[in-house]
Amino acid sequence: MTDGLSLAAALVVLAATLAVAVTRPPYVSDAVAAVGGAVLLVAVGAIGLSGAGDALRALGPTVGFLAAMLLIADGCRREGLFDAMGAVMAGGSQGSPQRLLAFVFLIAAGITAALSLDATIVLLTPVVFATAARIRTSAKPQVYACAHLANSASLLLPVSNLTNLLAFHASHLSFPRFAALMVLPTIAAVAVEWVVFKRFFAADLTRPRHAAAQPARPELPRFAVSVLVFTLAGFALSSLVGIQPVWFAAAGAAAITVPALARRTATPVALARAAEPGFLIFVLGLGVIVQAASASGLDTAVHAVLPTGDSLPDLLAIAAISAVFANLVNNLPATLMLIPVAAAAGGAGPVLAVLIGVNIGPNLTYVGSLATLLWRRVLRAEDTDVELGEFLRLGALTVPASLVAATVLLWLALKV
Amino acid sequence: MRALVWIIEDTWQATIDEATQFLPGDAEITLLHVASTEPETVARAAHRGLLGRRPPPPPAPQELQSISEQAAHELLTDAQTRLGRPASLKARRGRVEREVVAAADGIDILILARDGDRDRPGPRSLGPATRFVIDHAPCRVLLIWPDNAPELRTIPPPPPPGTAAPHLPPRN
Repeated sequence: MTDGLSLAAALVVLAATLAVAVTRPPYVSDAVAAVGGAVLLVAVGAIGLSGAGDALRALGPTVGFLAAMLLIADGCRREGLFDAMGAVMAGGSQGSPQRLLAFVFLIAAGITAALSLDATIVLLTPVVFATAARIRTSAKPQVYACAHLANSASLLLPVSNLTNLLAFHASHLSFPRFAALMVLPTIAAVAVEWVVFKRFFAADLTRPRHAAAQPARPELPRFAVSVLVFTLAGFALSSLVGIQPVWFAAAGAAAITVPALARRTATPVALARAAEPGFLIFVLGLGVIVQAASASGLDTAVHAVLPTGDSLPDLLAIAAISAVFANLVNNLPATLMLIPVAAAAGGAGPVLAVLIGVNIGPNLTYVGSLATLLWRRVLRAEDTDVELGEFLRLGALTVPASLVAATVLLWLALKV
Repeated sequence: MRALVWIIEDTWQATIDEATQFLPGDAEITLLHVASTEPETVARAAHRGLLGRRPPPPPAPQELQSISEQAAHELLTDAQTRLGRPASLKARRGRVEREVVAAADGIDILILARDGDRDRPGPRSLGPATRFVIDHAPCRVLLIWPDNAPELRTIPPPPPPGTAAPHLPPRN
C-alpha cells in the first residue's frame, strides 16, 4: 500500500474510532472499535505487523503504569480517602463558600497531581458536590473547580494525566526532573484559575450567611495515605536508585490491593474492573492507529506545523497549536500525534509545551474538545447542554491566560 | 393570601425571618427550594470528556441527584422549623429561575432574597436567577436584603448632565 493510501486509511479509521469514543453507541465499545481499527489497518497493510508490534511495545509500560495508578486510586477510594477529603473540606471551610473553594482548589489539585485527573472527576467530584450540599452553599463554583482543575493541575507529575505518561516515556526526563520543570507552570495555571473563579463566581461566593454548625473532625485513612506517600516518594527517588517509576506504581498498587483481597473488602472482579481493561485496550489500539498514520506521513505534516525550538515564542506556539489539536481531535490522539515529533526534534522543552497545550486546552469545553461539543450540539445529544454556556465563557476566560502563564514559567524553568 | 417563600442555601434564614415578620397570621405559606441541575450536568459532562473510559455505572448520575434531593428536603424541613408555623414544602429541580416563576403561578406574593454580589451594590446585587424572577414573576414580589440593607451613601454619585445613567443602556 502506498503511503498516501495508508495515511488516508489510517485517518479514516482514526476518525471512526474517535467517533465511537465520543458518541458511545450501545452496540460497540471504545475498546472494540480501537482494536478493530488497528487490526483492519494491519490487514490492509497500512501498517506492518512489526510496526504495530513496536507501537504496542512502546506503549506497554505506559499502559501498565496507568493500570497501577488506577488501582491505587481505587484503593484510596475503598479506604475512604475521598470521604475524608470531604470532611477536610467541610471543616476547613468554616461555613464560608470562598474558603470551601480554596480547599476544593488545593485538594482537587493535589488529587489530580498524585492520582490523575480521572480520580478528581470520577471520585472526588461527587464528594465535593455532597460537601457543598452539607454546608449549604451553591455547589456550582465547587463542581466547576473540580472540572477545571482536573485539567489545569494535571501538568505536575507524569502520573497526573495519561498524556503526561505518554510524553514521559518519550521525553527521557527523570520523574523528579519532569516534576521540577512542571511545578511552576502548574502553580501558574492553578493561580489563573483561582483569580478568574473568584471573580466569575463572586455572587455565589460572597452571599451573607449565618454561622454554620461545626462538622465532625475528619479521620484520614492512614493506610491509604501511607501507600500514596511511599509511592510518590518512590517516584521521587526512582532515578537516584535506578529503578523505573512504573515498579513503584506496581508496588503501590499491590500494597493497596492485596490486603483488600485478603480481607475480602474487594473482589478480584471489582479490582479487574477498577483497572479499566477496556480503557487500557482502547489506548493500545489508538496507539497503533496513530502510529499507522504517523508512519505514513502524518508525522511529516505535524513536523511542518509544529515548531521545535525552545525559545519563548516557539514554546508559546507549540502550546497554542497543541491546545488547538487537543480541541480538534481530543487530547489523547493529539498527544500520540504530537509527542513523538516534539521529542524527536526538540527534546524536553517542546514536549512539555505540548503537554501544557493538550492538558489545559480541553478546559475550553466541558466535554474535552470542540469537535465533541459541536457534534453534541448538532445532535442535541442532551438538552441540559444548553445550561452550560457558562462553562464555555469560563473556558474562554481561563484557557488562554493559563496557557500563556504556564508556558512562560516553563520557559523560565528550562533556563535554570 | 397565598405566599411563596423561595429559599436558597446561603440566605435561607434571613428569608424565613422576613417571612415570619411580614406575612399575616392567616397567610397560606409555601416554602420553595429549587435545586439547580447545572452542577450535576457539569459533573456528568466532565466525565464524558474522559475519552475511552468506561461510562459511569448506572447509579452515578442518580447518586448526585439523590444527594441533592436529600439536601433540599433537609433544608426545607429546617426552614419550616425556623418559620414556626404551618407551611407546605415544595422542592423542584431544573433551571432555577424558570422553576421559581412556574411555582409562583396562582400566588399572591413571592418573597425572595437578593442572590448577587453583596460587595457590588447596584445591578450586580441581583444574580441572573433573581433578576429573571423579578422580571417575570406573575405576582407581587418582596425582595429582601439577606443582611442589613446598605446605607444610602453607598449609592454612586449621579452622572454628569447629558449622560446616560450608569446602569442603563443608552437610549436610541
